[in-house]
Amino acid sequence: MATPKIELKGVTKRFGPKVVLDGIDLGVQPGESLVIIGGSGTGKSVTLKCILGLIHPERGSIKVDGQEVTRLSASAREKVNRKFGMLFQGSALFDSLPVWENVAFALIQGHGVGRDQAKKIALQKLAKVGLTKDVGELSPSELSGGMQKRVGLARAIAADPEIIFFDEPTTGLDPIMADVINELIVKTVKDMGVTTLSITHDMVSARKIADKIAMLYKGKIIWAGRKEDIDKSGNEFVDQFIHGRAEGPIKMEIAR
Amino acid sequence: MNPFALIGRFTILFLSEIGRLAEFAADALPSIITPPIYLRLTGEQLMRIGFYSLPVVGLTAFFTGGALALQIFIGGDRYGAESFVPQIVVLGITRELGPVMAGLMVAGRVSAAIAAELGTMRVTEQIDALVTLSTNPFKYLVAPRIVAAVISMPLLVAVADVIGVFGGWVVGTQSLGFNSSVYLKNTADFVTNSDVISGLWKAAAFGFIIALMGCYHGYHSRGGAQGVGGATTNAVVSAAILILATNYVMTSLLFSR
Ligand SMILES: Nc1ncnc2c1ncn2[C@@H]1O[C@H](COP(=O)(O)OP(=O)(O)OP(=O)(O)O)[C@@H](O)[C@H]1O
Ligand SMILES: [Mg+2]
Repeated sequence: MATPKIELKGVTKRFGPKVVLDGIDLGVQPGESLVIIGGSGTGKSVTLKCILGLIHPERGSIKVDGQEVTRLSASAREKVNRKFGMLFQGSALFDSLPVWENVAFALIQGHGVGRDQAKKIALQKLAKVGLTKDVGELSPSELSGGMQKRVGLARAIAADPEIIFFDEPTTGLDPIMADVINELIVKTVKDMGVTTLSITHDMVSARKIADKIAMLYKGKIIWAGRKEDIDKSGNEFVDQFIHGRAEGPIKMEIAR
Repeated sequence: MNPFALIGRFTILFLSEIGRLAEFAADALPSIITPPIYLRLTGEQLMRIGFYSLPVVGLTAFFTGGALALQIFIGGDRYGAESFVPQIVVLGITRELGPVMAGLMVAGRVSAAIAAELGTMRVTEQIDALVTLSTNPFKYLVAPRIVAAVISMPLLVAVADVIGVFGGWVVGTQSLGFNSSVYLKNTADFVTNSDVISGLWKAAAFGFIIALMGCYHGYHSRGGAQGVGGATTNAVVSAAILILATNYVMTSLLFSR
């Protein structure tokens, strides 16, 4: 088997006394789409941020293309991050820049593309997520939540990265637009041969974009496998999650 | 609670804050001189920090110069020294009040604005987004603000010096009975280059403090709107205190004989 694009071994992260990740093991092969599912607050976003170097895990190893990335200098980290595109859960658009410049940011800053050329590419990417040219001139604060999400998506794919992280790409979108985005992700992966690691709560979306699915629960990956196998996982936690049942082994910490 | 434990905890918090600030400054300084250097952003900040502070700084200097002239006249009256108003006004403004008043006003305006902007970027993950787009936030956000503030402050203080003296002149000639040309001649004869330049050195130092405090508190803010509000307050208060302390140290160094 080829070197995994991303490989996590025993990654542990705590905030104060609270253990969020308790030894995560995860591998993503080149060209593969892995979707992480799991309850709210289980550490899915934290996992992505550890790979991106935004959060530093206490223990464990994270490799990108076989290269250990947990203790990199700032400049080496910059080089690794050139391989990545990231869609943040809250979009995280730069509100000081117009929409098109948000999308063109990596092209202008990272790849030295001229502003005119970068704008042209940015408008193409915006069209791919169903946004018109006029939207490009607006400020992010003038957009609806779902439009911001799509701009964030366009920004993540703008510089043609090798690896893309999608943190809940379809949350907050109407079902039709959600399907457009799912299609776009699938197509992007096929056309550009990129590797993706996505997070979602939306099982429809997960089934559509995933090759493999992994479930995170209490700081550990409790099940991972091909998406075809998820209905016969034999794991009662997974069953409860994918069918969205309140009753089951996963107890929500709420007063009843 | 045990008062010793309280003092101990406070000391540890204080020292760790100083450590974090030193670490921040050590990251910020090299980012100013190593490429990529964002000239366009630095220019934008020059406008926001320097140019738009002109009205505030000018008004402050005008009224400070005027009040200074009045006080010297009233106080000097007791010793028959009221004719020294022009000399003391220009000395007080260029050496102390120009840089300090401008520093405090710009701290209120700019440290707060920087802390609020960077703080909001932190809590909305925009700073994280910069990193994922392979852009160093120190070079993109911190360096342009520090450079712009260090360049702007001496220019602002030069303007404040002129307007402060002008404020003294207005009060002197309009209500204290000074002859206009005598007032100006006394001012010009008395002030030396080193008086003005010492004030400009202070201004550059204050500019550094103003931008550093704004960036530091904004960059490390957490916890939503309340956290950003706290960061803004801390930025202004710490910048003001550091400016006054630095002013004392620089005065004692620059004017020691
Ligand atoms: N910077 C931080 N400081 C302290 N605690 C944090 C921080 N970031 C995340 N956490 C905690 O880590 C846990 C996991 O957070 P994370 O954002 O990864 O959840 P998630 O699985 O993405 O949830 P959701 O599906 O709701 O987005 C949460 O309980 C959160 O309180
Ligand atoms: Mg999340």
